[in-house]
Amino acid sequence: MISNEVVELSRLQFGLTAMYHFLFVPLTMGLAFLLAIMESVYVMSNKLIYKDMTQFWGKLFGINVAMGITTGITLEFQFGTNWAYYSHYVGDIFGPLLAIEGMLAFFLESTFIGLFFFGWQQLSKMQHLIVTWLLALGSSLSAMWILIANGWMQHPVGAEFNYETMRMELTSLADIFFNPIAQVKFVHTVAAGYTTGSMFVLGISAFYLLQNRDVAFARRSFRIAAGFGLASVLSVIVLGDESGYTVGEVQKAKLATIEAEWETEKPPASFTVFGIPNEQTMTTDYAIKIPWLMGLVATRSIDEEVGGIKEILKNNRKRIKRGMIAYDNLQKIRQDKNDAQAKSVFEEYKGDLGYGLLLKRYTDNVIDATPAQIDAATRHSIPKVAPMFWAFRGMVLAGFLMLFIFAASFYYNAKRTAHKQRWLLRLAVYGIPLPWIASELGWVVAEYGRQPWTIAGILPTHLSVSSVDAGQLYLSLAGFFVFYSVLLVIELFMMTKYIRLGPSSLHTGRYHFEQEGGEHV
Amino acid sequence: MFDFETIRIIWWGLLIFVICGFLVTDGFDFGIAMLLPFLGKTDDERRVMLNSIGPTWEGNQVWLVVLGGIAFGAWALVYAVLFSGLYTAMLVLLFGLFLRPVGFDYRSKLPNPRWRSAWDWALFAGGAVPVVVLSLVAGNLILGLPFQLDADLRSTYSGGFIDLFQPFALLSVVIGVALLCLHGAVFLLWRTEAALAERARKVIFWSSLVFSVSFIIAGVWVAIGLDGYHIISGIDTTSINNPLAKTVEKANGLWLDNYSQYPGLCLVPLHAIIGAWSVVWLSAKHYQGLSFLTSSLVVICVILTAAGSMFPFLAPSSTFPTSSLTIWDSSASHYALQLLFVATVILMPIVMAYTTWVYRVLRGKITVADIKKNNNILY
Repeated sequence: MISNEVVELSRLQFGLTAMYHFLFVPLTMGLAFLLAIMESVYVMSNKLIYKDMTQFWGKLFGINVAMGITTGITLEFQFGTNWAYYSHYVGDIFGPLLAIEGMLAFFLESTFIGLFFFGWQQLSKMQHLIVTWLLALGSSLSAMWILIANGWMQHPVGAEFNYETMRMELTSLADIFFNPIAQVKFVHTVAAGYTTGSMFVLGISAFYLLQNRDVAFARRSFRIAAGFGLASVLSVIVLGDESGYTVGEVQKAKLATIEAEWETEKPPASFTVFGIPNEQTMTTDYAIKIPWLMGLVATRSIDEEVGGIKEILKNNRKRIKRGMIAYDNLQKIRQDKNDAQAKSVFEEYKGDLGYGLLLKRYTDNVIDATPAQIDAATRHSIPKVAPMFWAFRGMVLAGFLMLFIFAASFYYNAKRTAHKQRWLLRLAVYGIPLPWIASELGWVVAEYGRQPWTIAGILPTHLSVSSVDAGQLYLSLAGFFVFYSVLLVIELFMMTKYIRLGPSSLHTGRYHFEQEGGEHV
Repeated sequence: MFDFETIRIIWWGLLIFVICGFLVTDGFDFGIAMLLPFLGKTDDERRVMLNSIGPTWEGNQVWLVVLGGIAFGAWALVYAVLFSGLYTAMLVLLFGLFLRPVGFDYRSKLPNPRWRSAWDWALFAGGAVPVVVLSLVAGNLILGLPFQLDADLRSTYSGGFIDLFQPFALLSVVIGVALLCLHGAVFLLWRTEAALAERARKVIFWSSLVFSVSFIIAGVWVAIGLDGYHIISGIDTTSINNPLAKTVEKANGLWLDNYSQYPGLCLVPLHAIIGAWSVVWLSAKHYQGLSFLTSSLVVICVILTAAGSMFPFLAPSSTFPTSSLTIWDSSASHYALQLLFVATVILMPIVMAYTTWVYRVLRGKITVADIKKNNNILY
């Protein structure tokens, strides 16, 4: 049997390193586009200040992207080191997606990043602008392929189980590419990245305006960030991920736990704004509900049903029992390839094989599972309600706060008085952490919400791990802890140093600390 | 398009191609990082060294990411077995790789000498640690690894990190370090000048010497003192994977089977040696571009020498030879291999085209004067 300790430590390690990686990714995506916009303005208007903006925000981009690259390789390694059985079981689908991501997007991004920083003299204005746009394109394309891979984990289409090779095999790349979940995820996540970049530039520009330094520079940066940010945050909210939660059983369980919807409601379902979900009694205490909203958000209709938790669990129990039959017959075929009887039964039940595998956590043989074990597997066939309920609400709240900040900034910009609204500038500075909070909570909803599966309905998390021992995992966790803590301290130190310096760090002689009266650092 | 057997051979070739791409490009980055604290006597010289690869090393490292992606995509079982079995080694490699992106970007952003010196050593480790670990792994792949597959194709591995330090694997480390120091020094000679270039020229001689001696010893060792592997029966090169059906023989000298069957293959290791000394000669005669091409050829020949002797094995198992992974029983499905092949033949030429353009834009020597002039822009 696979030890629970190894499973939990592997989950912890992947969760932490992925969340850590995502501290840097959205800022990279967002800043890359803002740099491209700023440089476009420079090339069109020929005003030097926009070149300075591109270079200064580019410096911060560089500090951030170094960490993004550092922490990204970790994830590719971890599929093999910690999730070897996963890699074998779905490598036929997941592997090509990662390979294409590398060849199509990561090469593009990484090859042009050097030219972005060091090619100002060698390249013509137009050439450099193209390089910057390719860099931005590369970073978003990279996200696209990763999210297609992730979308497949949430809703595995275009693949089939092969009992001879004991793994899932690719049947249609088109199905995987046009997976509705992948499309929704891509737009939502990339727009969230653009929002992050915008909030970062907006907040730091507001900081300069509050200090009344480099005003022309800061006002222009503020303006671009407010416009791009408003468009981005609106896309994030309108094209929310939850519209993808009605496709497939596991996604529906996500939706039900987010909403703490214990019973299936008559459509259109209401939305619980606040409440205390109670896992024991399967009710939500002190619930405040808005009628219709949930049904509208989730199904974009007023007559489609949103399934409740109790119904999902009942259905999962049925599928676990069917999965036991599938597993039983799979063993028979593996023993004797010519067992026609077993083959035909397996064909009928194989859609539920994954649910049968959920029992592996309780008994190695699966088919000898006791009713109590089946009950336990059923209970754990969906994520816990409280983390989903709160993480989702935290994300939404952060999103609407940002909407307010961007909308107000945009409005006062249009009136050309934004730099005088000190309350707004202060709000923009304090608002800097919001996009990170929203992104991380969003990933909790998406990935914790997929439990107990790595591949929804196909492969349980429990089975996906490598045959390593807990000692190795404690050691690697300690290694990550040390490296990532030290690197984060250094990164934040560099970031704050350059933010404090502002555009004076370019040494052009045009900015605050280089003028008389500006103090030197 | 291609039958299953052919496409497997093509993917073996593409795997080797990506390994070559990685070690030819990122190889000189590693080499220069390993030489950084020793060849760069002053801060300016070290900055010259860093900036000779500064704008391009990130693109080069993507070859490693793509290598991982292709191993995952075309040879998932190999990827799964190696990465989980070599758990600690892979993490050490990873932690080594951590040091480069931040090292390059942060080092010269502060003038403090202690800050810079600390990052110089971090960058040194960022070059040396991956080279050592990768050479160690390569040596152990030739020796075979102690893993076993069960009926569900879950692998278990029965060795630890310390067990990787076999004498033959340590010799591989010597080869790997010398080879990439050579390659790095050749690149440095091409892109720099004056005292630094002269020191690089000395490195070229000594690393060629160490490389060729250790490479010959390794060859003799493989021929007379090392167990190789050979498939005896039970393999069907055209059918879907069944890694447990074959029987594999493990005996002294078997790794030279392919060489005795196709004696022409012997030209490959021969070219590695001839190439290394041609590099010494060419760099002495100031044919710097040509000597870089030649040292790239040496790197490729070393990879091909190992790959040619192991074919069709990808990862032999020393404890349960039956569990060994070969290109006939650990590939992706026929459809996935074809699809990824199409993607690769479309995308890789484009990648290589724009990479070449970037190198062209950034061509020319980096000098101490450049560093002083662009103090705030350069690494």
